[in-house]
Amino acid sequence: MRRDVRTLDKDFWSGAGLVVAGIVYAGFGARYSIGSLSRMGPGFFPVALGAILALSGVAIAIAGWLAAPPAVPVERRKPEWRAWFLISASIVAFVAIAERVGLVPAAFAIVFISAFADRDNRWRQALVLALAITAIAVVVFWWALQIQLPLFGNQ
Amino acid sequence: MIWQSLSYLWFGFGVALEPHNLMWSFFGVLVGNLIGVLPGMGALSAIAMLLPLTYTMHPVPAFLMLAGIFYGSQYGGAIGAILLNLPSHPPHAVTCIEGFPLTRKGKGGTALGITMIASFFAASVGIIVMILASPLLVAIAFKFGPKEIFSIMLLGLIAGSTMARGSPMKGIAMTTFGLMLGTVGTDVNSGVQRFTLGFPELSDRVELVALAMGLFGVADFLRHVNHMHVITESRTVKLRDMRPSKAEMKQAFWPMVRGTAVGTVFGAMPGTGPTITTFIAYALERRITKTPERFGHGAIEGVAAPEAASHSKTQVDFIPTMTLGIPGDAVMALLLGALLIQGIQPGPQLITEHADLFWGLIASFWVGNILLVILNVPMIGIWVRMLRVPYRYLFPSALFFIAIGVYSTNNSLFEVGEVLVFGVVGAILMAYDYPVATILLGYVLGPLVEENFRRALLLSRGDLTVFFQGGISATFMTVCILLVVGQLWFAWRAARRRKRGEIDDAIVVPVAAE
Repeated sequence: MRRDVRTLDKDFWSGAGLVVAGIVYAGFGARYSIGSLSRMGPGFFPVALGAILALSGVAIAIAGWLAAPPAVPVERRKPEWRAWFLISASIVAFVAIAERVGLVPAAFAIVFISAFADRDNRWRQALVLALAITAIAVVVFWWALQIQLPLFGNQ
Repeated sequence: MIWQSLSYLWFGFGVALEPHNLMWSFFGVLVGNLIGVLPGMGALSAIAMLLPLTYTMHPVPAFLMLAGIFYGSQYGGAIGAILLNLPSHPPHAVTCIEGFPLTRKGKGGTALGITMIASFFAASVGIIVMILASPLLVAIAFKFGPKEIFSIMLLGLIAGSTMARGSPMKGIAMTTFGLMLGTVGTDVNSGVQRFTLGFPELSDRVELVALAMGLFGVADFLRHVNHMHVITESRTVKLRDMRPSKAEMKQAFWPMVRGTAVGTVFGAMPGTGPTITTFIAYALERRITKTPERFGHGAIEGVAAPEAASHSKTQVDFIPTMTLGIPGDAVMALLLGALLIQGIQPGPQLITEHADLFWGLIASFWVGNILLVILNVPMIGIWVRMLRVPYRYLFPSALFFIAIGVYSTNNSLFEVGEVLVFGVVGAILMAYDYPVATILLGYVLGPLVEENFRRALLLSRGDLTVFFQGGISATFMTVCILLVVGQLWFAWRAARRRKRGEIDDAIVVPVAAE
């Protein structure tokens, strides 16, 4: 039975991904000394784990290959690339800003940026939410819990 | 032995009722309940968020607070499941099936009342089991050497990965992934830096809180953003509605007892998650009922049994976690991590060495459950209002709390970056239907598994059959093999059925990503 590549189940692809991940991990693990069963080196356990992950990946991929394609096409969600990008960017912004400019701008940035990940949020709402959370950051975390980040300025 | 336990318990109440400890317990229950009610937030995110707060605390109040957060958020999750059909925590998915139809019928208050009674009853039974079983388990646990510890951990890992929802193979893959994450850092035996990718920050392992917040916080936001829509129609629950009638009480009584029994049995088994426990409790009720047609349309039994099961499991789960150091599920794994951070080594010696912690914790369960009841009677109106906080305001705020919480763990911004990495990885895995909860289990157990495996084989001079020698270890290994063989058999049978075109009679439930 030949199958169109596009009808392959997502199990097939994710299983294949696990095989690659397992082999790469085991490959790196093999660079540490493996040793013998009675005297295991630091590489033994990683190589064994990588092999198990690869094997389970093979099993998942085979099961995905053999499974009949779904009779009714599965409803696919449109990937939320914009939301993913904005949420990731907000965390990166927090780390970068907190390191150099301080807690207040960092707290504002993470909330303000990530708020736009939801399509229903407008400028005003994002602004109010970010200001409210920044106030909490200052009162609860900086003043009450004495967190180590300065309000403004370098760490 | 029982008298001795009772006198210890008396001592435990003394510890739990100290004003200082009581305050933290109350704080934990309150915050747990609050976070548990919020859509998309469960016990794991609640505990992970507040974990950094405990680092500067004395172990006893710290642990009392964490336990309070745990059952507080569990109860909070039930509120969302019953009133809004929103399972904020996977085990509550089952509660939705009967709970939400009850709300539609205007019986939501009764369902909440029954939940409260069932959880209190189940927790009490669980506590009694804990009191009776712990000393017995300690007597056995002293016979545990490396090979016994390895084989029971293997059992926990296999049970955890194969009995979770979904494909067992995927569960095994995810547990292995968790074990791999556990190898990152300095190898204890040789001092070699493994998989640190050149980051000195990683030589001290991947941060537990960062991993948990990534997998259960950020990953959830990535999955649910723009897809989580809260029903906005107003529902008010009055105090008067919460008291069930005598007939309803009678109807719910035996399901409550059976649910408690299911939860107790599963709690004692390492690795069986709370979701499977509640599903089994519900399936049992549906199978033995004389009026199956009522199920799915608001049968109170279908609320009482799973809620009782999840609460008795929670209590009993503390036994293997604290006396053997083997967490039953991801939440317990996180609590185990909290113990280790406090410098307390779980194990049979914990009960004697840290008697105040252990017995104080047991007593605080009772105190905490009473606090929960007292708290929920006047606060229910507020919870219902909290349920309507729109997701679009919730997740940006939660992202900040996650970032600041992870930062304060070790004052490290690098770990905030870890959260992002695990969040993205977790969201991708969830999109491909992989269970992410077992990753945490593997991660926490990883170093212990490796160390005991190496030590056992060092002692046996490389003889792998050592795990099948000696009663305790051989028993665990046999159960491991039975589990795997059983799963293969079920998979084979299901595949044959599907080929013949029969429809599975499995319960189909709308479940949020686990």
